[in-house]
Amino acid sequence: MPRPDSTTERPTTPLDARSKTLRRAVVRTLAAGGRGHLGAAFSLVEMLRVLYDDVLQVDAARPDWPQRDRLLLSKGHGCLALYVLLAERGFFDATELERFCHHDGLLGGHPEVHIPGVEASTGSLGHGLSLGLGMALAARLQGAAWRTFVVLGDGESNEGSVWEAALSAGKHRLESLTVLVDVNGLQSYGPTDEVQPMAPLAAKWRAFGFAVDEVDGHDVDALRHRLGRLPFAAGRPSLLLCHTVKGKGIAECEHAPSWHHRSRLAPDVVERLLAALD
Amino acid sequence: MRKTALRRVHEMAREDPRIVFLGSDLGPGTLDAMKDELPERFFMEGVAESNLVGMAAGLALEGFIPYVNTIATFLTRRCFDQIVVDACLHRARLRLIGNGGGLVYAPLGPTHQAIEDLAILRALPHMTILAPCDADEMARLMPQTVDHSGPIYIRLAKGHDPIVSDPDLDCVIGRGITRRRGDDALVVTTGITLRPALEAAERLATRGVEIEIVHLPTVKPLDVDAVLEAAARLRWVVTVEEHSVVGGLGSAVAEVLAESDLPCRLRRLGIPDVFPTRYGSQRALMDDFGLSADGIEQAVLALRAAR
Repeated sequence: MPRPDSTTERPTTPLDARSKTLRRAVVRTLAAGGRGHLGAAFSLVEMLRVLYDDVLQVDAARPDWPQRDRLLLSKGHGCLALYVLLAERGFFDATELERFCHHDGLLGGHPEVHIPGVEASTGSLGHGLSLGLGMALAARLQGAAWRTFVVLGDGESNEGSVWEAALSAGKHRLESLTVLVDVNGLQSYGPTDEVQPMAPLAAKWRAFGFAVDEVDGHDVDALRHRLGRLPFAAGRPSLLLCHTVKGKGIAECEHAPSWHHRSRLAPDVVERLLAALD
Repeated sequence: MRKTALRRVHEMAREDPRIVFLGSDLGPGTLDAMKDELPERFFMEGVAESNLVGMAAGLALEGFIPYVNTIATFLTRRCFDQIVVDACLHRARLRLIGNGGGLVYAPLGPTHQAIEDLAILRALPHMTILAPCDADEMARLMPQTVDHSGPIYIRLAKGHDPIVSDPDLDCVIGRGITRRRGDDALVVTTGITLRPALEAAERLATRGVEIEIVHLPTVKPLDVDAVLEAAARLRWVVTVEEHSVVGGLGSAVAEVLAESDLPCRLRRLGIPDVFPTRYGSQRALMDDFGLSADGIEQAVLALRAAR
């Protein structure tokens, strides 16, 4: 029986030059640190790219501008994609990418609140939606117009706290809150369908009071279109299921559990990955 | 004590628009007055403590000062990762008000007894831990919690506890209170153990033994100066806590004394490394573990006899 959010069919969307450039920066950053979550970063690139290029009202010159939109990368292990985009926009000097995970570097293996442009320290999964819910409630109490965006993983959605937060977000009818779920179908041990099946995700989120839409998470135009019509419904939080491929863009990394996290990448492997993105 | 604490939250919220209240699934009617007067700043979010603390942290990161209230075990154990990451790592100004610290819920069994809350929270950077001895001391501490830096855990006792605090002594977060002067031994208390310590002092005085009592309504940061100043004069030290002897007040004092090079003898009164197996009243369980005037008196006498 076909399932609309089955993780067995992966998008085969081609990547444009900008998406490849961003991924090359991710590979170089990972190589500089000697470690990192490549697969989780690659599935996120287009989601974060469209958020920063077309959706989020943020100002790199004033990272704490009170009226900025808030973005929480709840699946903090995907931070390589976030760092590359924040550096590109000038939140911090791009040379920081070369010091990723270094002893005195700014950027570690999970986002930290002291990094310009990062709203909260994440990495322990299942925290971001509650934090975002609190922030969205704060905006409502303050009568402020800024919005809150939370990016979850499908593996992360195993955490019970995600669904506790979903209950509250639905109850409070927080239409300024938008959740994007990176449905890459793979968690650390293997396919989510085997480790802990989450389907049907769309029906679950609808049942919790969210207005749900689905998109190919690597289709830049489609992401722009969906995120350009927020909120999806009046008086409800919005949720966009982004169907993605873990490791998207490099054939040997795509949907490969061994590329969830890698350390000690040999120089010739780095060259091979970069060449695959040419 | 709980009613005093929550009433103060309402009064402070009336004056300060940053203050919000969040409960889990509290008793019917809890803080109805605040719910009626300030409904937009009153939240009751159900039996989901991880989300409760996480969303409170989100509010705190945006400048609000959330007071979060539920039963102490669930507020400390069930959502420990949220306390570590969302509250402490972000130095978020959360105020966690735990009902029934220690053995208050004696008849309900070990699932409801918060006998390790001080230990697990004491290990967290930026955390402040308060354990007042009665409602009056609570009322003196509450206004200080508003603008205090970082998260605070406020350990509540049973309620209707006898008032034993002295209104003439300063009660300041982070500072101990020398409640009684004596030359023969030092007794260090926190929370409601001040009451049996005062009673033990009267009994010991009739035997010619004068104990000094340093009461610590703040368990973290520990008032190291108050402990060391008294320990240097008195040498014999007994700590008394309604908590496991692992990791709480006694451990904190032991750590300080061990590194002080003072020639002290220390005995820790508390709950041994077990889950209580009996029911009855809080008082009955405290008596079982020697957390009583009699227990303190015996501990002081035994310690002095061991010289």
